[in-house]
Amino acid sequence: METALPVTVSIFFAVAIYLMLSKHIIRILLGVAIFGNAVNLSIFTAGRVTREVPPIIPVELMTPDLPTANPLPQALILTAIVISFSFFAFLLVLAFRSYQELGSDDTDSMRVAEPEGEDLPPLGY
Amino acid sequence: MAVDPGKTVDMARAMVMEPVAAADWLVVAPVVIPLVFGAVILMLRHETKLHAWTAIAALAATLAANIGLLARVVENGPLVMTMGRWLPPFGISFAADALGASLALVATLVALVCAVYSISDIGAIGRRYGFYPFMLLMMAGVGGAFLTGDVFNLYVWFEVFLISSFGLLVLGSEHRQLDGATKYAILNLVATTLFLTATAFLYGIFGTLNMADIARKVDGLRDTAPLMTLGVMYLLAFGMKAAAFPVNFWLPASYHTPRIVTAALFGGILTKVGVYALLRTLVMLFPPELELLSGLIAWVAGLTMVIGIMGALAQTDLRRALGFVVISGVGVMMAGLALGTGEGLSGTIFYAFHSMIVMAALYLLAGVMNGVGGSYSMRTLSGLYSAHPMLAAFALLLMLAAAGLPPASGLWPKVMLVRASLDAGYPWLAFAILATGLLTTLALGRIFILTIWRPRAQESLAAPVSPRLGYAVLGALSLPIVLMGLYPDPFIRVAQLAAGGLLDAAPYIGAVYPEGAGQ
Repeated sequence: METALPVTVSIFFAVAIYLMLSKHIIRILLGVAIFGNAVNLSIFTAGRVTREVPPIIPVELMTPDLPTANPLPQALILTAIVISFSFFAFLLVLAFRSYQELGSDDTDSMRVAEPEGEDLPPLGY
Repeated sequence: MAVDPGKTVDMARAMVMEPVAAADWLVVAPVVIPLVFGAVILMLRHETKLHAWTAIAALAATLAANIGLLARVVENGPLVMTMGRWLPPFGISFAADALGASLALVATLVALVCAVYSISDIGAIGRRYGFYPFMLLMMAGVGGAFLTGDVFNLYVWFEVFLISSFGLLVLGSEHRQLDGATKYAILNLVATTLFLTATAFLYGIFGTLNMADIARKVDGLRDTAPLMTLGVMYLLAFGMKAAAFPVNFWLPASYHTPRIVTAALFGGILTKVGVYALLRTLVMLFPPELELLSGLIAWVAGLTMVIGIMGALAQTDLRRALGFVVISGVGVMMAGLALGTGEGLSGTIFYAFHSMIVMAALYLLAGVMNGVGGSYSMRTLSGLYSAHPMLAAFALLLMLAAAGLPPASGLWPKVMLVRASLDAGYPWLAFAILATGLLTTLALGRIFILTIWRPRAQESLAAPVSPRLGYAVLGALSLPIVLMGLYPDPFIRVAQLAAGGLLDAAPYIGAVYPEGAGQ
């Protein structure tokens, strides 16, 4: 398990970076989504993968009576998933709107904010 | 480990037992006040007349809380509040030291002035679409990022202000806004995800995300853990946030597209949060790694300032030129980070105060110029001096400040940084800072000559807007600028205190871990 996870994570990272290098926004967005999942899996691995019981304390005890799984990475991942999901939803809408308005999802042709071939300011007066 | 069921646990060692003193709530006030009022304005979304005044009142209250917080921190050292009663490292702590509190104070001041200017800039539609809630939630995120004591929470606060800034950026959904927002959103999201990756490794190595706890444990792990990798990842992630040279291209693509108030907020505040995060992670957590990286950071700093300002020289549009000036300012701040000495860092922190105020003021100045001249382009703006001499005076003062000439605020931090670079044996970095000052004078002087001195070329078609509110706002921002230039002592003292707190983290750790609790 400990070796399988890093291998999966690195495949995810490779795929994400490949997709993000594309010039089509929809592919970049898929890359960003996979990037987020790769990071979540690496947080999970960083928290040490153990095949132990969940961190539940019996009623009569004050501390757990067995070694327990680490709950913190799961809390962190849950936070990160919520955030990256909302960002992904926003980005999808943004990409769709800009495709509607600008008629393209090719980043090379999206030059509205930085137009090419602008006139120079006056050189003297 | 099996535990004897009959064994009692000393809760006093694991939990915060005494109630929080009333004055300690100051630590969370800069986050809670904008958050609450942002929600209130959302509920009042049909009452657009109330929005601006509610936001101004909320930001004024936040500013008061920030002043109180900074006064307490300067007097008594770092102030800490731990959430959920568990002592650190299990409970999440909010920790205000001089660095976080002073930057939060300046950021709130800038936001307050921008909120006042927005009365004229944001119309009923912008209010209806939620300009003010976005602005307050962004300030909550910025305040949280400056004051949190936990790396994962730093990530969360980054995301909070990032998503609000997306909202502000697309408000109006013009074509160039959609284009700019797409680039801004994707590249910033990649940067924060990179930050999260680094945080995953940080957690894997230290088993904790509390900054004080990491600073305490880092020396014991130096021989075995890949700390250099972590340092480089944080440098890349936060460098991208701060728009440092090789990863700065998202900033000029997007900062000129939104309403001018939004651009002023972004240009003033957001890049400095990246610089703050760099200072916090590299200087406080990984100082030996920073020393090894200092050559690289010095190159990044030098190239950022020189290439940034050369970009400004090439622009025709006022706002786009200002975007490049923001980048060059980030380079100056990174110079102090590269030196890593007390004087260099206090120069960086002082420059951050100055840059927040001056960049916001320059964007607002561009807004006023557009109001009276009907354009942001240097081709059509002209002859402002004869019609609006006050505007010319403000422009001159702000340009002197940005270029680092007396009597305005840019002089002293640049003097500190130049002296620190010479002391630390980086004469070329000192030269780069001075050359950047010259190039800034050229770039801004060119704007000044074309828009203000040049005789009026043609009558503008747009009906001019009265600049009275703009003058009030620029006057309010000029006050601290001139004060920093003529009477820099208190600012330098705070900056030195903040730099000292970064270099010697013992008081910070001591505040988070009172009397060895939670060991």
